[in-house]
Amino acid sequence: MNRYSLWKYLVIVVALLIGAIYTTPNFFGEAPAVQVSSQKVTVKADAALLAKVEGLLKAGGVEAEAVYLDTAGLSTTIRVRLRDTDTQIKAKDVLESALNPDKQDPAYVVALSLLSRSPRWMASLNALPMYLGLDLRGGVHFLMQVNTKEAVDKRLDALVGDARTLLREKDVRHAGITRNNQQIEIRFRDVETRAKAQTLLSDLLRELALREEAAGSDLLLIGTMTPAAAKTVSDNALKQNITTLHNRINELGVAEPVIQQQGSDRIVVQLPGVQDPTRAKDIIGRTATLESRLVDISTEGQAAVLGNSPVPFGSERFTVGRSTPVVLKKEVIFSGQQLQGAQATFDENQRPAVSIELNETAGRIMRKVTRENIKKPMAVVLFEKGRGEVLTVATIQSEFGSRFQITGLDSPTVANDLALLLRAGALAAPMEIIEERTIGPSLGADNIRSGFNSTKYGFMAIAIFMITYYLVVGFISALSLAVNLLLLVALLSLLQATLTLPGIAAIALTLGMAIDANVLINERIREELRKGKPPNQAISEGYEKAFATILDSNITTLIAGIFLFMLGSGPIRGFAVVHCLGILTSIFCAVFVSRGFVAIVYGHRKKLASISIGQIWKPGTNA
Amino acid sequence: MEFFRIRRTIPFMRYALVFNAISFITFLVAVGFLLVRGLNLSVEFTGGTVMEVSYKQAANLEQIRSAIEARGSGEFQVQNFGSSRDVLIRLPLEKGSSSGQQAERVMTTLKGQDPAVELRRVEFVGPSVGEELAHDGGLALLMVCLGIMVYLAFRFEWKFSVAAIIANLHDVILVVGMFAIFRWEFSLPVLAAVLAVLGYSVNESVIIFDRVREHFRTMRKASVDEVIDSAITATISRTIITHGSTLMMTLAMLIFGGPALHYFALALTIGICFGVYSSVFVAAAIARYLGVKREDLVRPQKKEDQSQQIVP
Repeated sequence: MNRYSLWKYLVIVVALLIGAIYTTPNFFGEAPAVQVSSQKVTVKADAALLAKVEGLLKAGGVEAEAVYLDTAGLSTTIRVRLRDTDTQIKAKDVLESALNPDKQDPAYVVALSLLSRSPRWMASLNALPMYLGLDLRGGVHFLMQVNTKEAVDKRLDALVGDARTLLREKDVRHAGITRNNQQIEIRFRDVETRAKAQTLLSDLLRELALREEAAGSDLLLIGTMTPAAAKTVSDNALKQNITTLHNRINELGVAEPVIQQQGSDRIVVQLPGVQDPTRAKDIIGRTATLESRLVDISTEGQAAVLGNSPVPFGSERFTVGRSTPVVLKKEVIFSGQQLQGAQATFDENQRPAVSIELNETAGRIMRKVTRENIKKPMAVVLFEKGRGEVLTVATIQSEFGSRFQITGLDSPTVANDLALLLRAGALAAPMEIIEERTIGPSLGADNIRSGFNSTKYGFMAIAIFMITYYLVVGFISALSLAVNLLLLVALLSLLQATLTLPGIAAIALTLGMAIDANVLINERIREELRKGKPPNQAISEGYEKAFATILDSNITTLIAGIFLFMLGSGPIRGFAVVHCLGILTSIFCAVFVSRGFVAIVYGHRKKLASISIGQIWKPGTNA
Repeated sequence: MEFFRIRRTIPFMRYALVFNAISFITFLVAVGFLLVRGLNLSVEFTGGTVMEVSYKQAANLEQIRSAIEARGSGEFQVQNFGSSRDVLIRLPLEKGSSSGQQAERVMTTLKGQDPAVELRRVEFVGPSVGEELAHDGGLALLMVCLGIMVYLAFRFEWKFSVAAIIANLHDVILVVGMFAIFRWEFSLPVLAAVLAVLGYSVNESVIIFDRVREHFRTMRKASVDEVIDSAITATISRTIITHGSTLMMTLAMLIFGGPALHYFALALTIGICFGVYSSVFVAAAIARYLGVKREDLVRPQKKEDQSQQIVP
C-alpha cells in the first residue's frame, strides 16, 4: 500500500548522490595558493608559461602541491597550490622576481589566493565549494555610481564639433552652433540653408533627432540625442569604466575580483581578501578621466587667461597645476579610452618624457589636428570629480599620428606618474563611491563560525525534539531535514550563488520552517490513526491531505522570498536566494524523500499493525 | 508523547472580541511609538559610516568618545558590540570628505590611543543609497502583501485574503513597533526578517483557513463560529509544535549567531511569536467579521457552477 515505485526511489538516490558530490567540496577546506595571470594583451598565460613556472618553483626550492592551467572564459590563469602560507609567500617572491624583472612594467600579475583542497575530478564536474561573500571571507566592497549624464554631455560636445565640421566641409552657412543643456542649437538665416543642413545632418549624424524651430528672427535647427543613442553612449561609458577598473584592479594583484554592473549606472567592485582598503581605494577611487585639447590662442582666449574678458564660446578655463590659468577649446582631440600605451621615457635631450600610442581612429584625428596646428600648444587635462586640471601643456612640433611623445616634463617621477595614469586607462565617465564596506578577515571567520554554530545547534534541537515526540517517524522527519540541508548546500555550491551571513541565517531559518511540513504530515497521520484508520491507510492519507496545505503555505512564503529577491539588494538578496531555494528543496524533501523513507520502513509489510509515531491519545481514554 | 490532549473544541470565537481589543490596543501603541520615536535606522538607510573595532582588552568607551568628540564629527555613537572588547562607532555623513576618509582619520586617532586596536569592519553608505533602500524596502513590503493577497484570493476567497493580510500586517507593525520602543537597530537584514515573517505567518493563517474550508464541508450543520473553533482546535497542536521548532532555530541564532545576527534573529523570534497569536486569535476573527459563509468556500455542485458562471 505504501510501496514506492522504483523510479521514485531512483529519483531519491540520484538526488542524494548529486547532493553528496556537490556538497563535499565544502568540507575539504582551502589551501594557500599563488596565481599567475597575464597583465598584457600581448602576453598569454599558456602551457609554455606553465612549464616555466614549474621550473622556476623547482629552482627556487618551493614544493608545490599542484600546478595547473585554469581556463575560465577568455582568461587563463596558472594556479599553484601550496602546503602552507610560508611556502605561499616564498613561491610568490620567487615567481614575482623571475617573471617581472621590470618592476615598472610588469608583464604578469602574481597574486596570493586560496584554492579548494577538493580533488581535481570534482572541480572538473564543477563541484566547487560555495562561493563565500565578503562578509564571510573578509575584503573590500565598493558600490560606484557612474555619472552617465556626463558621458552623454561629452558626446553632445563632440557632436557639436562634428556638426560644425560637416557644415563647413559642405559649405552650408550657419549663424552659430551652441549646446544648450541637452540639445544642440544651430542658427540659420534662411529656410533653404536650414533645409539643406537638415538633410545633410540627419544623413550623417544619426545620433541626433532634428526638428525646426523659430526663435524671434532666427531660424533654428534643434538637435537632441535620440534616446537609443543616449542609452548606447551611457552603456558604453559604463562598459568602458568596468574595463578600466579591471585594469586598475589587476595592478593590485587581487585573486578573484568581482566587477559587475548593477542597475543601469552602477558598478559593484568586490575585492576578497584585500587587507589594505586604503591602497585599493587609492587605485580604484581614482575617478580621473583624461582628455587632450588644443589651447585657445585667439585674442579673446588669451584675454580670458588674464581674466580681462569672459571666456569665449567653445572654450573653457582651466589651471595648470594649482595656479597658472589656461584657456582650452572644448573639442576633445583624444580621450583616455583611445589610448593604447604609455611609457615613461627620455627624449633625445635626455629629458623626461612620456611616449604615447593611440588607436587608429584617434591617430587619424591626431594627424589632422597636428597638421593644422603646428607650433601651437596642446594640453592634457585630468578630470577628477568634475574638475579639470591641466597636467601638461606642450607645443606641437610637427605633424604626427598615433605615436608621439609628451616632452617638457619636470622630472622622471612626473613622467612615471603620468604614464601610469594614462596606462591605467581613464574612465569614460566620472564615478563616485557611494557605498563602501570593509570586512576584516577575522570578522569573516567569526561570522562563518557563528552562522555554522547556530545552524548546527538549531538543527540538533529540532532533530532531538522530533525523535522524542514522533519516534521512528520523527527520525524519518529529522533524516529528511538532513537531506534537505544536503540538497540546499549542494544547490548553492552548484549554482555558485554567493553565500553571505544572512544567507547562512536563511539556511537555518529554512530548516526551521521546513520542519513545518513534516509536522503537518505527522500530525495528520496521528489524526487519521485517532479516527481509527489502519496504519497503512493513515500514512497515505496523512501525506495526501497534508500535501495541499504544504503547497499553499510554502507558496505564500515563496511569494515573500521572490519579492525580496527582486527588490532587495546586498544582504537581503543573499538571504532571499537561499530562502527561495530552501523552500523548493524543503517541499521536495518533506513530500517526496520522507515519503520514500517511510515506504522503506513500513511499505514492505503487508499487514502493518502499528506505526511508531509516538503516543496517540484519544479523547475519552485516560492514557 | 502527546502534548495536546484536547477533549473538546476550544471556543476561540467566544473570546474573539477580547483578543481583538488587545490586538487593537497594542497595534495603536506600536504605531504611536513608530510615529513618535521612529525607528533607530541603521547606517544602510540613513547614510553615514559605521566602524567596528576590536581591542585586545576591554575597551574604554569614554576615552574613545572623547577622542572622536575632539575631532568634531557631529552626532556620533560609540557602543559595545557583542563583547566588551569590541566597539561599534557610528558616524554621520560628513560633507566634503569622501567615503572611508572619515573612518581612516578616526582610526588614526584611535591608534594613537592604543596601537593594538584592530579595524574589523567599515561600512560607508552614501545618502542616495539609503533613500533608495528605504524606498525599495517599502516597495518590497507592498509587493509581498499584494502577491500574497492575490494568491489567497485566488486559492480561497477575498475575505480570507483580506483577513490574513490584516492579521499579519498587524504582526509586522508589532515587530517593527518593538524595534521602535526599544530603539533596537533596524537594518536591512531585519527588514528581510520582517518580510520573511510576513510570508511565514501568512502560511500559518493559510493552514487554519484550509481547515476551516475542510470543516465547512464536513460539518454541515455547524454554525460558522463552531466551524472556525473546531478548525483552530484541530490545528493548534501542529501550530505550536511547528512554531516551537522554528523558534528553536531562531533562538539558536540568537544565542550562537553572535552580534551580527542578533537583531535579525530577534526580529524573527518576536515575529514568529506574534505570528502564532495573530493566526490563532486574530485572522479567523477578522474573517468572521467580514462575514465568511459556508457558500464562500464550499463550491456548489458542478452543474450549478456552470449556470452561475453565465453571470459575470
